[in-house]
Amino acid sequence: MSYSVTEPSARQKWIAGILVALYAVITILPLVWIIATGFKTPSDSIAYPPKVVFQPTLEGYVNLFTTRTRQTPEYMAEHPPQTWAERIVAKYDMTIVGPSRFGARFLNSVIIGFGSTFLSVFLGTLAAYAFSRFKVPLKDDLMFFILSTRMMPPIAVAIPIFLMYRTLGLSDTHLGMILLYTAVNLSLSVWLLKGFIDEIPVEYEEAALIDGYTRFQAFRKVVLPQAATGIASTAIFCLIFAWNEYAFAVLLTSGEAQTAPPFIPTIIGVGGQDWPAVAAGATLFLLPVMVFTILLRKHLLRGITFGAVRK
Amino acid sequence: MAEIELRHVTRRFATTALDDVSLTVPDGSFVVLLGPTGAGKTTLLRMVSGLDRPDQGQVLIGGREVTALSPAERNVAMVFQQYSLYPHMSVRENLAFPLKSPLLKTPPDQIAAKVQAVAETLRIAHKLDNKATALSGGEMQRVSIGRALVRQPTVYLMDEPLSSLDAKLRAELRVELKRIQSDLGATFLYVTHDQIEAMTMATHIGVLDHGRLVQFGTPREVYENPVSLYAASRLGQPRINLLPADLFGGAPAGATTIGLRPEQIEQGTGEDSLVRRIEHLGDQTRLHLTFRSHDLVTVTEAHSPLRPGDILPIRPKAPFYFDASGARLI
Repeated sequence: MSYSVTEPSARQKWIAGILVALYAVITILPLVWIIATGFKTPSDSIAYPPKVVFQPTLEGYVNLFTTRTRQTPEYMAEHPPQTWAERIVAKYDMTIVGPSRFGARFLNSVIIGFGSTFLSVFLGTLAAYAFSRFKVPLKDDLMFFILSTRMMPPIAVAIPIFLMYRTLGLSDTHLGMILLYTAVNLSLSVWLLKGFIDEIPVEYEEAALIDGYTRFQAFRKVVLPQAATGIASTAIFCLIFAWNEYAFAVLLTSGEAQTAPPFIPTIIGVGGQDWPAVAAGATLFLLPVMVFTILLRKHLLRGITFGAVRK
Repeated sequence: MAEIELRHVTRRFATTALDDVSLTVPDGSFVVLLGPTGAGKTTLLRMVSGLDRPDQGQVLIGGREVTALSPAERNVAMVFQQYSLYPHMSVRENLAFPLKSPLLKTPPDQIAAKVQAVAETLRIAHKLDNKATALSGGEMQRVSIGRALVRQPTVYLMDEPLSSLDAKLRAELRVELKRIQSDLGATFLYVTHDQIEAMTMATHIGVLDHGRLVQFGTPREVYENPVSLYAASRLGQPRINLLPADLFGGAPAGATTIGLRPEQIEQGTGEDSLVRRIEHLGDQTRLHLTFRSHDLVTVTEAHSPLRPGDILPIRPKAPFYFDASGARLI
């Protein structure tokens, strides 16, 4: 092997590899813990020292999705459990009386998360295109203004928003939460997408204009397909924020439009917090974003590093 | 096909890109706009295409005022210097794109036939199903020329379409474009800074200088009768020799510069010059001469026996004289 200036030596590669592996273990550990806790019994979940090896059970998941009620031993004897889920709760002299609110809350998260992501990306794409292509008066000031909305933590304006929402009747509504998350995400979306659209040479659109298309048709048929990567990665960023948002969700939603993050910690079990159910909820809650991100990870990587290298 | 007319067109950016340009491109002609970078060639083309609009003046195509119309409404075809293929489409889709536009709404069977015909003309039929990005530079440019040729636009506009190609392909496509233009009887407005393209393809040449149209005429007119020092410098290979007017004597009053194309230097008579360097190009031989401490370049026969260090008497023959502002005197 010949000596190279840019290629690290085998020893350096080993050290780098070990450091990366170590970092990966540290970051993945909490995730593994949560997933594992979801399959523990309540007593295993609070055992000290924590149990690494345990008898897995679906108790947490059953508790997450159901509401249960305690029965007398006589009642239990008369009504033997029918399904595998009933058999699990029967251990505690309980029967399942109906579904929990988790499904509805999860659905709220999906509606609000994806709704606001769609709106952020849709409006962001149009705004970014205008900023990228047209002579907008005070363009730089406007772009800075848009960015400046991101310079304080959104929760800093929680009280005015709370009052506004109460007055407008937007509290605890899907529309209210979608609008709120869109407002927060829009600055990121405009900035990210402007970077992507700036990179698409204007000659493509001009060619389409010459080829007999209107400006909007050129945008739709030529710009949008080429901005797909940028749109995908922007969508992920927007979704991650809207999906995980907790503070506003706690403040502004309580029933109708409550999302999963404020709901999960309220899962109470018998004699205290039902940690396996909480962990099961957290695990399921992680899944959509995780799947989304893994599917689109190439775009995401480009989204993070975009603009760093000029072609 | 149609005539293009520009009336007193002015366009200002940070500087004046076009300054009161009036120009008529006759129906069926091949007009080449010549000038260095920044002369306003591309801006003029964009005025005609509708991609940009004049601050003042009018643009007419086929006698119809189009100044305020969009490119689609003008029905012009344009070939760009680069970046012109839609990278997310195949070659076939690229060629069909203008035919599918709301402007033309061509039926699918006609699209297929036209795309095939154009692809064969441009010898890219075997690449129709390739992705646009999987082509060589020459193929890409042929596709983008093809995208203009599938239509029957009022005029064809070409913005240095051959400048990014290698010399061999450039020579081939030069001939091909000229053939297509004369077959179709089409009106071409063609921008280049390559004088060979200008001389070989043009029926008319327009010389642009800092946004002004300084001369418009046939290639022969512009070559043999340039209006200014600037126009004279645009054409000719090797370039015209520009020397102090009094170097040979007989300069008219007010002349500061004498312009000598190679054929305006008579060899064998007159005053002595020193042969400094000889370039044998095969079909001709270039002579680098020093005459009274001024360098000049001319051509001689291919098998010239001259050698560096030889003495060669020369004398101007019907030269151009220019005044201090660069305007032609005689």
